[in-house]
Amino acid sequence: MATAATSPHSHDTGVHGDPPEPSYLTVKRGFRNWIVTLDHKRIGVMYLIGITTSFLLGGVFALLVRTELFLPGSQLVNEAQYNQLFTLHGAIMVFLVIIPGLPAALGNFSLPIVLGAPDVAFPRLNLFSFYLWCTGAALMLLSLIVNAADTGWTFYTPYSTTTGTAVVPAVAGAFVLGFSSIFTGLNFIVTIHKFKPKGMGWFQMPLNLWGIYSTALLQVLATPVLGITLLLLLVERIGRIGIFDPALGGDPVLFQHFFWFYSHPAVYIMILPAMAVMSDLITTFSHKPIFGYRFIAYSSIGLAALSFLVWGHHMFVSGQSRLASMVFSALTFTVAIPSAIKVFNWVATLYKADITLKTPMLYALSFILLFTIGGLTGVFLGALSVDVHLHDTYFVVAHFHYVMMGSALIAFLGALHYWWPKMFGRMFNERVGQVCAVLVFIGFNTTFLPQFVMGARGMARRYFDYDPEFTIFHQVSTVGAFLMGITLVVSFGNLIYSLFRGKRAPRNPWGGSTLEWQAPSPPPLYNFYAHEQPTLYPIYDYTDLYYDEQEGGWLRRKHKAEAETP
Amino acid sequence: MLQYLLTFVVLAQPAPAPAGADKPATEQAQPAGDKGKAETAGDKGKAETAGDKGKAETAGNPCDKNAPRPANKPKKTLPPVGARTDLGAGSYWMPPANSDLATHVDSLFIAILAISIFCFVGITIAVVYFAWKYRHRAGHKAQESSSHNDPLEITWTIIPSIICVIIFLVGWKGFVDLNTPPRHAYEITVVAEKWKWSYKYPNGWVDENLHVPVGEPVRLVMRSKDVLHSFWVPSFRVKQDVIPNRYTKIWFEAKTPGVYRQYCAEYCGDRHSFMKSLVVVHPPGGFKHYMEEAEQALLDMPPVELGEYLYAARGCNQCHSTDGTTKTGPSWKGIFGETHQTSAGSVQVDENYIRESILDPTAKVRAGFNPVMPTFKGQLKDEQIDGLITYIKCLK
Repeated sequence: MATAATSPHSHDTGVHGDPPEPSYLTVKRGFRNWIVTLDHKRIGVMYLIGITTSFLLGGVFALLVRTELFLPGSQLVNEAQYNQLFTLHGAIMVFLVIIPGLPAALGNFSLPIVLGAPDVAFPRLNLFSFYLWCTGAALMLLSLIVNAADTGWTFYTPYSTTTGTAVVPAVAGAFVLGFSSIFTGLNFIVTIHKFKPKGMGWFQMPLNLWGIYSTALLQVLATPVLGITLLLLLVERIGRIGIFDPALGGDPVLFQHFFWFYSHPAVYIMILPAMAVMSDLITTFSHKPIFGYRFIAYSSIGLAALSFLVWGHHMFVSGQSRLASMVFSALTFTVAIPSAIKVFNWVATLYKADITLKTPMLYALSFILLFTIGGLTGVFLGALSVDVHLHDTYFVVAHFHYVMMGSALIAFLGALHYWWPKMFGRMFNERVGQVCAVLVFIGFNTTFLPQFVMGARGMARRYFDYDPEFTIFHQVSTVGAFLMGITLVVSFGNLIYSLFRGKRAPRNPWGGSTLEWQAPSPPPLYNFYAHEQPTLYPIYDYTDLYYDEQEGGWLRRKHKAEAETP
Repeated sequence: MLQYLLTFVVLAQPAPAPAGADKPATEQAQPAGDKGKAETAGDKGKAETAGDKGKAETAGNPCDKNAPRPANKPKKTLPPVGARTDLGAGSYWMPPANSDLATHVDSLFIAILAISIFCFVGITIAVVYFAWKYRHRAGHKAQESSSHNDPLEITWTIIPSIICVIIFLVGWKGFVDLNTPPRHAYEITVVAEKWKWSYKYPNGWVDENLHVPVGEPVRLVMRSKDVLHSFWVPSFRVKQDVIPNRYTKIWFEAKTPGVYRQYCAEYCGDRHSFMKSLVVVHPPGGFKHYMEEAEQALLDMPPVELGEYLYAARGCNQCHSTDGTTKTGPSWKGIFGETHQTSAGSVQVDENYIRESILDPTAKVRAGFNPVMPTFKGQLKDEQIDGLITYIKCLK
């Protein structure tokens, strides 16, 4: 392996002189400059702070729920408070953390850089989306302070229109957050269409962009349905106009149709960007092109389209017509196929690769395994007669945690570690990161594997009290949850510590082939120095990438050749 | 409510009667009883005070529900429910399967589980093996390998598709069976409300636990009084949401006698996790016997109480009020002894007229009302008709 006498990027670090442009973090200092910023990276960082804080809050509620369930009967709280706890946990994690997590926080940061563009298409709309997110979060917090809603994150009527808790601010919060999501999606669709660099055709786009694109389509097309549904709910609750409440002449099952018409695609808003970013991580750390690029790309679009057609599988026992259940079950199985294709392609990418098990890759490998469990348990629930027994039990709880936490949030953590050096120009402690990734995997499985068994054995979900025979399952689950909680705090601590003591990051610490790794770490305001615009190489081409000791990261031979010949 | 009434009847017995021993006092029946009591705590307080001070002076008054019962009349009580038989039974994954359909559901579950474990183990082995075999080390580089392979992609698209189609078809078949009750199924009405289940039997008996015969198909017609609930018996693998303003149905045929748990599976508020009851599967003949006992327990009530019970249980309250409001039929309040114009001339409301109106409602229809009442001929026993007459008499 050749070693370069002088690294072409050494001028970033300030060692050999000042960088030509200040980084986006230092270009304009001060709180006031941050809150009115139009820079996609700063907005991404602000989202990240908000989302991580919400994640912490949602996590605390989860641990309170798990502690309460350590033994049957009341431990910490009474049944009304318990209902508020699991509602807050669900609503915060879904609406404030997972839905905006990958697209709005990390997508915002990475999308324009991956395109080699200076910013998103509508920077002002981007900032507006962020403030909508803040407003939504504030409304949720208001509900928490006044008298937290106890409806479950699904807000099923007629319970939600009759309960005495502060449902209105919580629903209004979800409504506003929906608009934040719609605007972000709109912004990303336009950005991808208009800012794709010359030479990057649709099938030369990194798979991450395919995921962001399919997600954005869902955000724009599905979220308005949630908006109108929640608005109708508010109209019914405030104006006593009968839409869903049978006491007022409405139909409660209608609410479930409306709600899941959004919320099933919403599951894909959470999982598609996770799958997409995983595709990029796996190929980067395998130092080998992704296997079956087109199949992965098409399966993203296929999942996005199919996700609109399967909402009724949440309602097999709701009293919807038998024929509808039959059709929805059949369509549900079609979702299994593109998901399986993705998994097989990821595994095939590992074949004959050169795998470095860095922290992001460990998260990526746990993602493959956890998503496989999440996907396979979905097959149980798609089969009509089996679902009748498993519906609304802990089996379902475990299944969607494997998909939403085990897959979407693990992907978020992997992606966060992956782009962290790019975001802040610092390397986190690799060893601590690796240990945390393994412990999160162990803690996660300890928490949720027992829930499959107790669900099938007859433990209904959203139960404050339970039959003593389920105690052991709940106890193992609670122990796992605490292991996971502590590990997550440590891993966030590791990231934050790196901001102060971390080694300076090179441009390309992992050997990534996409454009963001040609930008300085952290990038300047417009992502690339004015004098060195990024060079587009064939997608996932690793042939001329090599590790440079002096740089502490990966360089391209062509790049080096260009740098050395002025 | 009835549980409470029965309890009360027991309490109101003269001292020598072994009141405590009569009450079904198993651990399982207790919570249900408690719930009933809590609901009617107000009534109970009132009744007790009235009973205490009124015992002596109101003896012989048929309208006093608390009148002491003649000591020579034996008190019928229902047999205790007994302990749960599904506790700790069943396989590792599933509670005991108590119907043929449940066994079918389990087979499909186990089949999917086997496929899932096979796939998961395969994928895990591949991931771990590749991650180890192709790990980065000095001198190791990614080897040339194809980045796509259409035959492979098509293979791993088609095989899962075929498996999925088979699983779908088997699941669908099971679902159709779960939703197609045999014609002769025994029908029980289920009413769900925050936070209790009531099971109404064709003979008017209302129970807090579900009693069913073994080996006979049972069909439940369910409705909710307030929010969504969901009726779930894990041992039968049946679940169905219960919805206000709409009937939902479910059926099952129990294979083994015993006591099984029943839950509410759809979140319904504070005491959601306490909204449960028991399913008592009676051995052959046991169910008929239980229903006779239940009917006897009804007849054993003081007539006025029986009348009040039947007024609600048999649906008289749908058309007749007890507070003077006119509904589809005339109000019962103060009606006894009055004289009214009917389709067959002027009639005084007495015992015979009430009896006739129950058994042959269209014979003398009061002026201003339509002949819409169904006959109860053959459905009510003489004692029950007596109860209704006494109840009407007492509505002053």
